This record gives sequence, C-alpha cells and structure tokens, in this order.
Amino acid sequence: MRRAWLIGFGWLLALGIGLATAAGREARPLAADPALEARVMEIAQELRCLVCQNETIADSQAGLAVDLRGQIRERLAAGDDRAQIIDFLVARYGDFILYRPPFQPNTWVLWTGPFILLFLALAVMARVIRQRRMHGTADDEVLDEEAPS
Amino acid sequence: MKKQAWLPLLAFLVLIAFLGVGLRLDPRELPSPLIDRPAPSFALPSVEAMDRVRNSGDLRGQVWILNVWASWCVACRQEHGALMAFAAQQAVPLYGLNYKDRHGDAVRWLRERGDPYVDSFFDGDGRVGIDFGVYGVPETFLIDREGRIRYKHAGPLTPELLRDTILPLIGALGA
Amino acid sequence: MIPEIGHFALSLALLLTVVQVVLPLWGVARGNAAWMALSRPAALGQALFVLVAFACLMWSFYANDFSVRYVVQHSNTALPWAYRLAAVWGGHEGSILLWLLILSGWTLAVALYSRHLELSMLARILAIMGLVSIGFLLFILFTSNPFDRLFPAALNGDDLNPQLQDPGLILHPPLLYMGYVGMAVPFGFAMAALLAGKLDAAWARWTRPWATTSWCFLTLGIALGSAWAYYELGWGGWWFWDPVENASLMPWLVGAALLHSLAVTEKRGTFKMWTVLLAIVAFSLSLLGTFLVRSGVLTSVHAFATDPKRGIFILLFLGIVVGGSLVLFALKASQVGIGSRFAAVSRESMLLGNNVLLMVAAGSVMLGTLYPLLIDALGMGKLSVGPPYFNAVFVPLMAPALFLMGVGPIARWQRADAGDLARRLRWALVVSLAAALVTPWIAGRWSALTGFGYFLAFWIFTSAAVNLWGRLAKRPRREWWRILRVQPGSYYGMLVAHVGMGVLVVGVTTVSSYEVERDVVMRPSETAAAAGYAFRLDSISQRPGPNYIADRAVISVFRNDRRIAILTPERRIYTAARSANPMTEASIDTGVTRDLYVALGDALDGGAWIVRIYVKPFVSWIWGGGILMALGGGLAVLDRRYRRRVKQAPAHEAPPMAAPPPPAYQGARSGVSHRVET
Repeated sequence: MRRAWLIGFGWLLALGIGLATAAGREARPLAADPALEARVMEIAQELRCLVCQNETIADSQAGLAVDLRGQIRERLAAGDDRAQIIDFLVARYGDFILYRPPFQPNTWVLWTGPFILLFLALAVMARVIRQRRMHGTADDEVLDEEAPS
Repeated sequence: MKKQAWLPLLAFLVLIAFLGVGLRLDPRELPSPLIDRPAPSFALPSVEAMDRVRNSGDLRGQVWILNVWASWCVACRQEHGALMAFAAQQAVPLYGLNYKDRHGDAVRWLRERGDPYVDSFFDGDGRVGIDFGVYGVPETFLIDREGRIRYKHAGPLTPELLRDTILPLIGALGA
Repeated sequence: MIPEIGHFALSLALLLTVVQVVLPLWGVARGNAAWMALSRPAALGQALFVLVAFACLMWSFYANDFSVRYVVQHSNTALPWAYRLAAVWGGHEGSILLWLLILSGWTLAVALYSRHLELSMLARILAIMGLVSIGFLLFILFTSNPFDRLFPAALNGDDLNPQLQDPGLILHPPLLYMGYVGMAVPFGFAMAALLAGKLDAAWARWTRPWATTSWCFLTLGIALGSAWAYYELGWGGWWFWDPVENASLMPWLVGAALLHSLAVTEKRGTFKMWTVLLAIVAFSLSLLGTFLVRSGVLTSVHAFATDPKRGIFILLFLGIVVGGSLVLFALKASQVGIGSRFAAVSRESMLLGNNVLLMVAAGSVMLGTLYPLLIDALGMGKLSVGPPYFNAVFVPLMAPALFLMGVGPIARWQRADAGDLARRLRWALVVSLAAALVTPWIAGRWSALTGFGYFLAFWIFTSAAVNLWGRLAKRPRREWWRILRVQPGSYYGMLVAHVGMGVLVVGVTTVSSYEVERDVVMRPSETAAAAGYAFRLDSISQRPGPNYIADRAVISVFRNDRRIAILTPERRIYTAARSANPMTEASIDTGVTRDLYVALGDALDGGAWIVRIYVKPFVSWIWGGGILMALGGGLAVLDRRYRRRVKQAPAHEAPPMAAPPPPAYQGARSGVSHRVET
C-alpha cells in the first residue's frame, strides 16, 4: 500500500516538474539538413544579393536570394565543392556577386595596396626618425617623468 | 622633404578626378558576363500549350530576342507598348521567358494586354533565368544565329533604345 | 508662413556668415581689432538664425504641414510625435540642415570658449569655419531646400521608413554629426595656425580639447549606430563594412591619430606639420563621407536619395575646401623646421608608429570602399568589396597598434630604454599569453585567431595595470590615495579609453568565435535548445500599434529549468507605408555575459512560425567598450589644465607636484630603474 502511494507520488512529482520546466515538444529545425544548411550559409555569407542595397545572399529575404540559396544547397548536396559553386555563379553574374574579390589582375592593387602602403609608411617613419636623430634640435629641458602627456 | 608636402594635394586631386567620373556611373548597373558567349540551352513548356516542350536548339540559325517578363512585374507594363510596336515591325522573332509566374496569371495577362511574343517559355521556378543571369524583371537579350548572346538590357525597353541600339545591332548581325 | 520664415532665416544666416568671414579677415590683415571683434557677434547671429530655420522645419513636421514637400516625403499623421520630430533628419534636406545647425553650434562654442585666444587667432578660426558654413548654406539654398512647397498640399504624407521609427533615429544622427562636424574645429585651428604662421605647443593645447570632444561624439555615434543596426535589422549583425559605416570609421581612425599627435605636439613641440595634416585629413574625411552618402556613387543601405546636381556641388565644395587647405599646407611646410630629437625607441616613436598604423588602416578602408568605383571608372569591370576583404585587411593592421597601446604609455619621452620596458612588461606578456591559451579552451573551442584576440585584450588590460602600478609602486601605501587623486584627467582618460578598447576587443572576439544561431519552426508549446538555454514558444497573438499591426510571439527562456527571461519578438506591417513588407522587431534579453536574441520570421501553414534564435556571448562588451572610450575622452577633456582660468598660459606648465622634484636628467639613460614613466 505504501509502495503504491510512493509510486503515485513519484509520478505526480515527475508530472509537476515536467509542467514547471521547459518540457514541451522539441521544435524542428527549419532546414531539413542543418549541417548542409550551415555550409550553404557559409558560402552565401560571401555573396552579394543583386537586388538589394548591399546585403548578403545569406541575410536577404529577396526572391532571388532565396532562389540562389536553393541552387547552392542543391549543388552542395550533389557533391559540388565551394570553388565549383562560386564558378557557377560568377559565370552567370560576374565578379560583382562576390564580396570577397578574387585575386586577379584588376584586384592586385586592392589586395596588395594596404601592405604596400604600410611598408611605405614604415619606410617614411624610419627616415623621419633617422633625420631627427641626426638633425633634430636637442632638448635640454628637464622633464618630470610623471608629467602628463 | 618640402617637395613631399605637395603629395597629399596630388593624391587628393587624383581622388577628386575619380569621384567626378564616378558621378556619371551607375553603381547598380551590372553588365552581363554572358555577352558573346553561347546562350544557355533550355527545354521549357510553352505558355500557349503547356504540354508542348520548346527547345532552345530549335531557335538556332536565326537572330532572335528573348524578353524576360512576368504578370506580377510592374515595370513590364511600362515596356509593353514598345514591345507590341516592335513585334508589329516583324524585324526578328520575339520570344518571352515567363519568369517565376503562375500559368493562369500569365495567360490572362497576355490575353488582357496583348501578346507580342511568337511564344513564351514557362520558367516557373526561375532556373533558366538564373542560367541567363537574370536578377530582375524585365530583361531583354539579343541572340545571334550561332546562339550567342550579343546584347543584354536590364530594365524596361524604351522606343529610343529599340530604335537606336537594338535595331542597328540586328542589322549588323545580318538578320 | 512658417516655412517661409525658415527659408528667410537661412538667407539671413548666409549674410551674417559672410560678415563673419570677410570683415574679421580684413581686420587681421589691417590689424584692426574692432573688425576682428565682429567674429563673435556674427557667429552668434549665424547660430541664431540657423536655429530659427531648424525650429521652423521642426514645427512643420510637428504640425503635419503637408504643404511642405519634405514633410510629405518623410512623415504621416499616424506617426508618433517623437518620430515626427526626429523625421526632420530622416532625409537628405533635413539632415543637411542638421549638419549646418551643428556646425553653427560648434562655431558658437568656439566663439564663447576662447577668452584665452588672441583675437587675431580667433578671427581666423571663425573665418575658416564660416567658409564651411557658407558652403553648406549655399548648398541648402540652391539644391536642397527643405522648405520647398508642394501645391496642392497632400492630404497625408508617405510616412517615415519603418526601420527608422525607432529611438535610434532620435539619437544616432545628432551624435554622429556632432562628431563629424566637430572635426571642423581642429581643422579651423590648423588653418588659422598656418595662416598666422604660428604653430607651437600652445596651439596644440588649445586644439586638443576640441579634437577630443569631437572624437568622443564620433565614438558614441558610431557605437550607437552599430547597436541600432544590431537590434533593428533582425539578424544580430553589428558591423557590415557598408560604405556609409566606413565613411564614419575613417574620420574616427584619423581623429584618434590626431588626438595622439596633438599630445606629442603639446608635450614636446614636435610633429607639428603631421598634426596639421591629420586635422586637415580628419575633416576632409567628414566632408568626403557627406559626399559619398548623398551623391549616388556608392550603393548602400544608408544612402539618401540622390541627385547628380547635389553630387557635383558637394564635389566642388570638397575640392575647394580640401584642395585649398592642402595647398596652404604645402606652401607653409617649408617654413617649419625639423622638430626636436627623439630616439628610435621612445614615446615619440611609438606614437608616430601608432599614427602610421591608424592612417594605413584608414587608407585601407578607403581603398576598399572606393575600389569598385575606381575599377568601374577605369572600365576594368564591376566588382564588389565586402566584409571578407575588410576583415582580412583591417585586423592585421590594427593588431600592432593595439600592441603598441600597451608599450607607449610606459615609454619615456625622447629616449626610452627597451630593456627596461621589456622588464616592466614581462609579467603582462606572460599573463596575456596564458589568457590567450586558456580562455578559448575554457570557452569550448580553441582557434588561433580567437587566442590572438584574447592576447591583445589582456595585453591592454595588464599593461594598463603595469602603468598604474608604476605610479604607486615605490611609494608608501599611505600616499597612494593622494597620488591617485592628483593624477591629471588626461592620465585617467588615457587609461579608461585604452581599457575600453580592450573591452571592445573582448566583445568582438568572443561573439565572433562563440555565437550560436538556430533557425527553427515552432508551434505554441514547442521548445528549441541553444547553448544551454531552452526557448519555448508560449503564444502568438495579433496586436495593433499606433501605426502598425503586429504578430507578437511570447517566448519563455529557461536555463537549468528555471525561467530567466520572457522575450516578445514581433512581425509588423506598417499601415501607411508604400510597400507593405513586414518588418521584424527582434526581442533581446541583454546581459553582461550574453545576449539572448530572438526574431520572428514568416508564418507557415498549421499555426507554425519560423523563429530565429541567437545566443551571443559578450556582445554588449562591444558597445560597452565604445562607451568607455568616449568616457576616457571625456575625462581627458575635463582635465584641470583646460578649466584653469589662465590669461596667458605658458607653453609648458609646471606639472602637478606628485613627487619630490627629481634630479635633473640629461639624456635619459637612467641608472635608477625604479623611475616611473608616464
């Protein structure tokens, strides 16, 4: 008799905890295959939505973006790799669709520019320091170390 | 050192020059990478009779125009008049690509406004459109005898465009 | 009537500004103090009339005057009044008027807070700023008049873009413009110094608070813009390298370089021409940003409706102002001698390095932003340059600058001992490396990039601690409170701003490496799990708003079976909008260590809804860092030195007596290694 009470109480307890917690049916993921979807989004993040004012194909809800995501998904599922999918889209829409400009003659300046700029700037800086060291005015003023900058 | 003080001004003048040129350009205008390349091949049902499949290969050997349209496309109504006039001239066959539309709506649209096309191909899911690099509606392609795309225009056609650009091009292609 | 008053007020403002420019400059040339003294009242007059014009426009919006074309384009009777007022700067004409209002405000501020300046100097500064005002006044009066009438008047307006109907619109543009436009003040000071042929440490001291204040506003404006995009656009992104965002980042970077360069010029009297050039470049970038946003040369979500006539005008204006200032710069450069000496390892060289890196970073952002235009103009094709490029280029350029942030403040002026620096910083290095290895491992996934981010952040924190410790270390503990109290505002400003940068790096690194996203389909009572949290859809209902109808979901969030938050994302359809596209209004539970972010998507058949769930760890540290940086700038501006009422302040003040006067130090090879560095 006591055992029946205990069992019944145990069930009630479980039921009570179940109601008080987040228990409920598990929502299904939107994508049929979340792993594939993640790869689709990875590629789509670097592609430009052509009908939008500067958005990626991953973020945009425009019709063309949804269609192109679908194309990417199909091709990935069929076994194409990232490079093939990019080629597919560039053949139809041109380099404009890529947010990561490919490294080719008309983007050499773009990709190397910042580092050439840095190199030049550091070279100028080195020359300035050398110039100062040799010709700069000497400063005999007493500088308190804790003087504010 | 002192000559170098003129460098910032020089750099700025170059920048201004580019910006000035930029004012005349349209950053949204997208040239097609398919110009002078073979038009994508396709096999699509005809809007007139959905059980009949039209093949792009059938159109080889002639110069023809493909106009991408849809019943939900507002800008297509703008160019409709110019298209009807052009079709009446009978310079080259005009075919339509019915893009991401519903068949019933498409037929009704043609019946109500007039059908300038020899026939329209039904591209319900837009795949053939993607093959053509379509990103908006309407768009128009000029295709030559060997099946190569020679010209593309995105946006509604105007009588001036047809008269000054497309017709001369058709003439040059020996239609 | 009111719009006409506004229009007339602008014309009067133009007249007064011409007076502000011409007569005082003539007075400077002739040594006529009376004419020079006209600057202040003229500046006051300009500010007054621009304010009147702005008030008239605001009134037109408030009163729903649909006979004014601009009001029709951006407002609606159903729009709540706060947004009706903010809609004044929701479009091109009104935002340019806001630009002008803020410029006249800064001009007035300079006119008022300038008792310590020579009258001829003030006259020049106000004249330069007046020239800029004239440009904007002409621009408004001839191409962008917000007071144009519409006949017949419309019955109702087109409504403000729903995405702009948000508190962000009330704060973001004014704050941002305060920063953009504020750069005109250091520009004015720089031009005045070049014109007067007087460029010295005193000039740097006068200019510094103005540059710092503008930079603070710019920091807040950018941070607010980022936060607004984050909660408004529905997918939790906070920076897109969009051309308009870049247009605000570039003056921010150059402004930061300017701050640091001014410090050197004030303290050591050197880097003068660099500082002047930075002031010119900072303001030029502000003007360039104005051009890019309104001319139509670049595509952006933020761009205003464009008109080629406006683009040409701004370009000409840009050419005259920037071109003219660079010509003056080139002519005067030869008259400034080589500055004072400093060693290859010294605070000067590190600040120079910092400036170089910031300038190259700004240059790279400009290159990426304008490159599609360049290539198109040369007929070499059509390209897009987006986040993958900017992230790849910007991060490697900023990393060394962040590293220098730790070393520079500890290095001595003129000549620093590299060995001494290394010794003082070695524990900071060890702790930072340890944090770089351990933190990602604790968080769950280790990657080199994540580790590097944490290394830089902890490096900044620990080296700031080393700096502070250096001031206290060899003093007895009872003196510590006095020492801390006596440190100048600029010192704490520097510490707080640098720490703020570290906080920002923690936020960026953590959220980029560890955020979790799930797209699910939910019916009421279903649950989705993400990152240890459980999200349960309790209910969905329709509710009306002032000018929209919303589908509203109630979502409970549980952790360890305890409910910790209730989120209410909405999907709104704005009734007056031209396109009835639904707008998503995300719901966010903000926390110090994480944000829980939920957005409602489309409805599916059968009562199910698409729901986007994000868990974003430490994302609020991004904006927290921004606020700290602005706070640091504020502390620096409030430094006692600027508030002291000194008529003719000497070029180098006696430093606060924090310690007994040190023995004279020549050349700086200090054998006494416990000397604390500033």
